Amino acid sequence: MSDQVYFEDVKEGQEIPSLTEKCTSQRLVMWAAGSGDFYQIHYDKDFAQNTGLPDRIAHGALKHALLGRLLHDWVGDQGRVKRVACQYRGMDMVEENIICHGRITKKSQQGGENIVELEIWAENPKGQKTTPGTGVVSLPSRGQ
Amino acid sequence: MAEASVITDEMRAVIGQESEPTTVEVDKTAVRMFARAVGYTDLIYYDEEYAKSKGYRSLPAPMGFLGHPIFRPDIASRPMYVMSFKTPYKRVLNGGTDIEYYEPICAGDVLTSTSKIADLTERSASMGPMLIITGETNYKNQKGKVVARFLGTLIQY
Repeated sequence: MSDQVYFEDVKEGQEIPSLTEKCTSQRLVMWAAGSGDFYQIHYDKDFAQNTGLPDRIAHGALKHALLGRLLHDWVGDQGRVKRVACQYRGMDMVEENIICHGRITKKSQQGGENIVELEIWAENPKGQKTTPGTGVVSLPSRGQ
Repeated sequence: MAEASVITDEMRAVIGQESEPTTVEVDKTAVRMFARAVGYTDLIYYDEEYAKSKGYRSLPAPMGFLGHPIFRPDIASRPMYVMSFKTPYKRVLNGGTDIEYYEPICAGDVLTSTSKIADLTERSASMGPMLIITGETNYKNQKGKVVARFLGTLIQY
């Protein structure tokens, strides 16, 4: 894990480290098993093409989980991810990279917690935002 | 040009109706499989002693993992996207996912989930008129604490 990030050290507008994962067919099969979503458009090329798709596509929920990992990896051991939300606006194809990004939109203190809200999104190698969303995390304070 | 609404009184009556509870298990192997699929390298999802050293009861559930319903071959499982009502639309898309976490979920937890249709709305988009179905599932743990809320959007068009 990377060094701990603290509430005092982040500011609105700041981007967090991005995360890139390639959606290999192997990853999509691992996701199918891990999530229990066995819809064939994600791992059977003939099946996918028979439904009119150009090829297999990444599961939406995998992209949601990758955005969750983006936040988890950033907040460190002492931070907590409280909410991950995203919309599936575009398809991500098998064997392509999914690049996840986040930018801080708001800092606040609520009920003794240091809350950071973020705009998060996943994009394809062409730079198209296929999966925009929002995240909420809590971070530790240097003073605690 | 106004399109006639496809939302019938019968459909409207379904909004807010809670399902029967479903038992959902969170176990260590499932946590590891899920974390591996997402590419996590944080050992809290793989090494129980390490997870305990970080304050967790056991391996925590990675974001997006809310356990697995117990599979039984003698009971037909109805996919989430099959509605109890008919609409004129044939095609369905997963529109989005929104999960809020209230308490840590760890391996060994047995969750109870209840689902409902929270909202039905209509919109006109480039691919024509569409019905937007918001499903809500709430999860409680074995101590009765609400641990997570899942909102899923399905688009029929």
